[in-house]
Amino acid sequence: MTAVTPAPPSIADDPAPTGVVPPARPGGRFRLRTAAGFAFGAALLFAVAPLVLSDFRLSLLAKYLCVAMVAVGIGIAWGRGGMLTLGQGVFFGLGGYAMAMHLKLADAGPGGMPDFMLLYGQLDELPLWWRPFASPWFALPATVLLPMVVAFGLGSLVFRRRVRGAYFAILSQALAAAMVILLIGQQGTTGGTNGLTDIKGFFGYDLDDPVNQRMVYFIIAGTLLALLALTRQLIHSRYGELLVAVRDGEERVRFLGYDPASVKLVAYVVAAGMAGLAGALFVPAVGIISPALIGIVPSIEFVIGVAVGGRATLLGPVLGAVAVAWARTTLSERFPGTWTYLQGLLFVVVVAFLPGGLASLWALARRRAGDAESRRRGWLPLGRRRVERTEVPAA
Amino acid sequence: MTVLFGQLFTGISIGAVLLLIALGLALTFGQMNVINMAHGEFIMAGAYTTYVLQQSITGAGWSLVVALPVAFVVAGTMGVLLEILLIRRLYARPLDTLLVTWGVSLMLQQLARDVFGSPNVQTRAPELLTGNVALPGGLTIANNRLFILALALAAVAALTLALRLTPLGRRIRAVVQNRDLAAVSGVPTARVDRTTFFLGSGLAGLAGVALTLLGPIGPTMGTNLIIDAFLVVVVGGIGQLKGSVIVAFALGVLQATGEYLTTLSVAKVIVFVAIVAFLQWRPQGLFTLRTRSLA
Repeated sequence: MTAVTPAPPSIADDPAPTGVVPPARPGGRFRLRTAAGFAFGAALLFAVAPLVLSDFRLSLLAKYLCVAMVAVGIGIAWGRGGMLTLGQGVFFGLGGYAMAMHLKLADAGPGGMPDFMLLYGQLDELPLWWRPFASPWFALPATVLLPMVVAFGLGSLVFRRRVRGAYFAILSQALAAAMVILLIGQQGTTGGTNGLTDIKGFFGYDLDDPVNQRMVYFIIAGTLLALLALTRQLIHSRYGELLVAVRDGEERVRFLGYDPASVKLVAYVVAAGMAGLAGALFVPAVGIISPALIGIVPSIEFVIGVAVGGRATLLGPVLGAVAVAWARTTLSERFPGTWTYLQGLLFVVVVAFLPGGLASLWALARRRAGDAESRRRGWLPLGRRRVERTEVPAA
Repeated sequence: MTVLFGQLFTGISIGAVLLLIALGLALTFGQMNVINMAHGEFIMAGAYTTYVLQQSITGAGWSLVVALPVAFVVAGTMGVLLEILLIRRLYARPLDTLLVTWGVSLMLQQLARDVFGSPNVQTRAPELLTGNVALPGGLTIANNRLFILALALAAVAALTLALRLTPLGRRIRAVVQNRDLAAVSGVPTARVDRTTFFLGSGLAGLAGVALTLLGPIGPTMGTNLIIDAFLVVVVGGIGQLKGSVIVAFALGVLQATGEYLTTLSVAKVIVFVAIVAFLQWRPQGLFTLRTRSLA
């Protein structure tokens, strides 16, 4: 049995249509319509939003866009790969803490210690594992690479042994629980429950200055667009098709000679990297990272936005995440209790009765049109895509 | 030596709590392959049932005795309602069930907040359970811990006997081993599922009553416990109970020992690493149910 490592996503990998069955999605090339869509999105994020929104609302939007980045990753791992990861907060937190540690050290100046360490007074000097984060050349790559390494470690152990489905979901959630307890327990070096707060500067720029806050917003918006472009190429590549195949029939893919474990691992690691990047950008936008932002509850809340928007689509997770985050801020300010009911109801209604999310309503209309088109061209009509594989109980 | 036994018993009593919670999960997860995140809120329901009963029945001892069956029925009924209204429709989508029941658990938590208030409430423990038992060698064991251990073991014994000896137990085992074959043999699988859900959720209610002896009752008390209990079921292997029993005590002892040697937070990480390592060795859990079904 040859284990084929998934080909890196590239434009040339687009499978040519063979026979009468069309490729699952037409067009792997960066087509005109997609380019127009990106231009529209960029105009919306870079021109319209800064003009229309106040500074306060814009900084809120920056926060939502960070959540949306995590959602894009979950869309790949869960929507496309079928891995329900309930621990993305861990990767978000790793990225966030790596960035916050660097910024705290930069605030403290060369040879200085972060204020909270002096406050708790348990330490005479900087702990060894904090030291590398003083250098931006270490800290910045670490925000992405650290989550990816952790995801690679856990994923390669777990997927290779074919731990999947609900088992994987529980394990990923347990990881989030363990991480939070560890962070809170090591208060002297991690800031404990408070987390790392009161971050003032961002590479020499004062974060209290509204102009610099705008700059942070632009960085976040640009990063999100870049991640979306990357994701689009990934899911339209041959690897993307393979990932969906693993989701819908892991055993069949194995029998075809591929190694499903490495296919899943790539998606999981990419999702972790995106969450890490989101966490790193969240810190300058909001000025804090704490265990309460990355634990079990926030981790599962990352998922609901993805479910609402449409887990297996490109834009669904982004729009869903922003919409849910916006609704939370707006509603929980006014009616805190009602929002919790509404959030619970959202989980129930969307996941149970509209598993494809709001995007599935759009897709339904498109499919009607597409079926007519297929019949006209003499193609076999596209089957109804299943959102998730039916789990077969282990014998 | 005293320290060693003390730690061992602490571990066993942590394990007993885990076991009480995990038993119900082992039943429902094992039979229907669904993750019920609202299980933690059934624990909460059991705990609040004890609290409410204590408002009317003033004797702490009697209220506890009454609370056990009442909490079982209250939590069990909630479980059956959940099964009929939602979970039944989602048997083909276990991961979605997890998210849906999480939504239900959020709503139940908020309901508890609205009804009983956000601050934790406390019940009075019966005098019989507040003291310690002194063992030779200067070792003391808290009565309430001993009671919980007895309750957990009684639940295991009752469940094992019920599964082995009663017609209902036979039907449950048949459905767990091969659902399709059970169905064609005349077992009403849908009704068996509902009964299992009643039993499993009822056990969560019992766990809730037991937890009132250990600490305060609050709307989020279930969330913190449920993950450890799920880990017990995952590591123990689904489809049978003995795996969960062994693993609950093993994890309890590991947690207590780790806590003694390092700190609480490091112990949690040790337990997690141990579980991942264990799944490398036995990805299907400690014991797997061997059947001839091809599915």
